[in-house]
Amino acid sequence: MTELNPWIDGLVALLLLIGAFFLLVGALGMLRFRDFFQRLHAPTKASTLGVGGVLIASMLYSAATGRLAIHELLITLFIFITAPVSANLLAKAALHLKLPSKAGHPERD
Amino acid sequence: MSEQRSPAARRWLAHPVMSALLAAGWLMLQQSLDAGNLIAAALLALVIPRMVGGFIGDGFRLRAAGPALRLTAIVLWDIVQSNITVAKLVLNPARTPQPAWVPVPLDITHPNGIALFASIITMTPGTVSCIVDETRREILVHALDCSDPEAAARDMKARYEAPLREIFG
Amino acid sequence: MTDLALDITFGALVLAMLACGWRVLRGPEIADRILALDTLYVNVVALVIVLGMRQRSELLFEAALIVAMLGFVATVALARYLTRGDVIE
Repeated sequence: MTELNPWIDGLVALLLLIGAFFLLVGALGMLRFRDFFQRLHAPTKASTLGVGGVLIASMLYSAATGRLAIHELLITLFIFITAPVSANLLAKAALHLKLPSKAGHPERD
Repeated sequence: MSEQRSPAARRWLAHPVMSALLAAGWLMLQQSLDAGNLIAAALLALVIPRMVGGFIGDGFRLRAAGPALRLTAIVLWDIVQSNITVAKLVLNPARTPQPAWVPVPLDITHPNGIALFASIITMTPGTVSCIVDETRREILVHALDCSDPEAAARDMKARYEAPLREIFG
Repeated sequence: MTDLALDITFGALVLAMLACGWRVLRGPEIADRILALDTLYVNVVALVIVLGMRQRSELLFEAALIVAMLGFVATVALARYLTRGDVIE
């Protein structure tokens, strides 16, 4: 295995740790928040900076070890496009089921 | 612009942005720029938009590349910043968040613009767009920790909707 | 340094997935379980990518892409089932 440039090595490690931190915080939010609509905010953290950090680290790592890999960008893009859609559908389902919310219910039909 | 385009170009390149994304996506998946892959990418970029054209309606062309790049930068910055804010909220056991429903009135009319606006709101942690109400022309947003819903709505409109209106016209 | 960071990320991901798994088992509402599954698959995508970095293999990339796609489709189908009582009408 080729020896990594220490700067790139550090940067990859830092990005990985940032990703891990936000993935963990997202899961903790899932445990800690009281009602469904608050918990809905947890995956937005996990899927933006969490997965984003890990994927950028992976891209940088493979570029530094000699093979250019930009296909991680595809996963990032896919998750960025799909995460809001699934969050929106889940929110609609929860409103339909009239799940309790600390903020009260929006006056809707 | 569209008057100057030939009928063939209008038929085969009705969705230029989608075509470009498809070709780029194929080449990224294959990780190569061989002649064969370039031909396959061009074929996909021409055929798929025609096949799905009936489902997705009219295409749009990138009118303003400058505002689009600026909006991307703003959104990325906001994602980082609000991630940190929400992380603090989660990790501090003494604080209980004050959730609120924030109705955001819509000024933008292009359907793709509305969809993008709703997605951007969800992607920035701390706000999730729950219902896009096209008849009332507003998005109902659930904010995780918000004491002033009106200010939050104004902020979102100024930061994301104004550039989106420039882009989609 | 990267190897150490990979190990730490692994640990963090396991903890995050355990938390999501607890929410899947616990509920209380069915929407909570689906949301937890959604978060779980996002964590799995990150886990597969980290595994790929550790084994220096590109093969796992496709696995991550497939997990991401199936997870999205599953969430959409389940959420639709909750609102409509039916996936395909």
